[in-house]
Amino acid sequence: MIRFTDVHKAFGPKVVLAGMTLDIPAGQTTVIIGFSGSGKSVALKHIVGLIEPDAGQVEVDGQVVHDLAPDALSLLRAGIGYVFQFAALFDSMTVGDNIRLGLRRHGLDPDEVATRVRESLHLVDLDEAEARYPAELSGGMRKRVGIARAIALRPRYILYDEPTTGLDPVTSAVIDELMVRARRELGVTGVVVTHDMRSAYTVGDRIAMLYQGRIRQVGTIEEIRQTDDPVVRNFIEGRPFDPDRLPAAEARA
Amino acid sequence: MDSARALADARTWAPHVLPQMRRLGVDSVPIALFIATFTGIVLALLSKYIFTGAVPMYFVGALVGKTIMMELGPVLTGLALAGRVGANIAAEVGTMRVTEQVDALETLAYNPNSYLVVPRVLAGVLMFPVVTALAVAIGVTAGWITAINLLDLSTLEFVKGLRLFYRFKDIWFGLLKAASFGAAVTLAGCLMGLATRGGAEGVGRNTTRAVVIGCEAILVLDAFWALVLL
Repeated sequence: MIRFTDVHKAFGPKVVLAGMTLDIPAGQTTVIIGFSGSGKSVALKHIVGLIEPDAGQVEVDGQVVHDLAPDALSLLRAGIGYVFQFAALFDSMTVGDNIRLGLRRHGLDPDEVATRVRESLHLVDLDEAEARYPAELSGGMRKRVGIARAIALRPRYILYDEPTTGLDPVTSAVIDELMVRARRELGVTGVVVTHDMRSAYTVGDRIAMLYQGRIRQVGTIEEIRQTDDPVVRNFIEGRPFDPDRLPAAEARA
Repeated sequence: MDSARALADARTWAPHVLPQMRRLGVDSVPIALFIATFTGIVLALLSKYIFTGAVPMYFVGALVGKTIMMELGPVLTGLALAGRVGANIAAEVGTMRVTEQVDALETLAYNPNSYLVVPRVLAGVLMFPVVTALAVAIGVTAGWITAINLLDLSTLEFVKGLRLFYRFKDIWFGLLKAASFGAAVTLAGCLMGLATRGGAEGVGRNTTRAVVIGCEAILVLDAFWALVLL
């Protein structure tokens, strides 16, 4: 389980998280939605200790992430796959080497590494791409390699940062299907950050909306679809709105 | 603390040292030798201009040898490599930073200092003296060829001047300086690269900073070693 407790984070004068509290249960996929720049990716990076909170804490399986010693943090990270917004593949390495890099870190024998590379590429339907370089791949293929790199570690959690952003609808659907398959076939807990509602409804078991640095609402797909919160409703229906013009009670931060 | 931990993680950095030595050192040899050749030629011509009628001409060998071994060889090579190597490292690491490749390394449980910084700095410390030694050899050779062809000096006279004030310290002083320049230039490149923010503009800005800091560090270290060791 991942737990955010009253997490605050600011970059200079810009407050990004202002008391975010959220429980992410194991075995499900939780989707964090919110406007661009609302701090979704910043929240995700707290989970693997890429960013430390100014106040509050993030726990993963009962361990407070920013209190962990470097070795313990490495161990924690070994159980968490991270799929970056633009894949973040190492462009000087082949697809196969990108996947092998993480596996070698954990001291697996070469046969096991080769098997896992093959299996993870097969899972994302890129069996033929092992010897290719990231520059030779399309955006969608790069994202699939990013997912393969995360899956190969056999993690307990996979964090997806805007997995369908910038992709055409068909490729987005392929990525959504991969995320669903990762949970179904591998049993991993997923945390997906997105503002793509079609993707959120497809892959999510629960949806949490981050707004003005806090979780505005969290619930099942049905609860979110039927919400009467004006901010959440306007967001999921894609209607422009001005938060300053909401009635005071509804504009609660 | 983090640097000590990064250095202790030899399993991560060791495989990358040799490739970095080739990239940062071997690939820099042509530019270093080009500069050294013309420095040797100019020094020989300059010494003739200075010495004519006042100092025996075999002192040309002394001036060329001493100056290239102790000062111009290490410093000019260092400055050239600050441009080539410092910019190369800062641009590469900076691009990795803004495209989240450094974050990806961390999520794969690698320490970026072990993976990116240590092999580059070690390669700089080991290869700057090697490139400098080659530059010194070529610079002195260029000075000698200039002296016997354009200054009416014999090889014996040039070598006599070369050996006149020679001390073994001249060599290791130059190479020690080169090693420290290698550390400064590569460290500036890595740190500026890792500190990069803000996309292509940030990469450009920090690449320039890395070169400027590397050049400044070379000049400060040059004065420091002269004060401490001479």
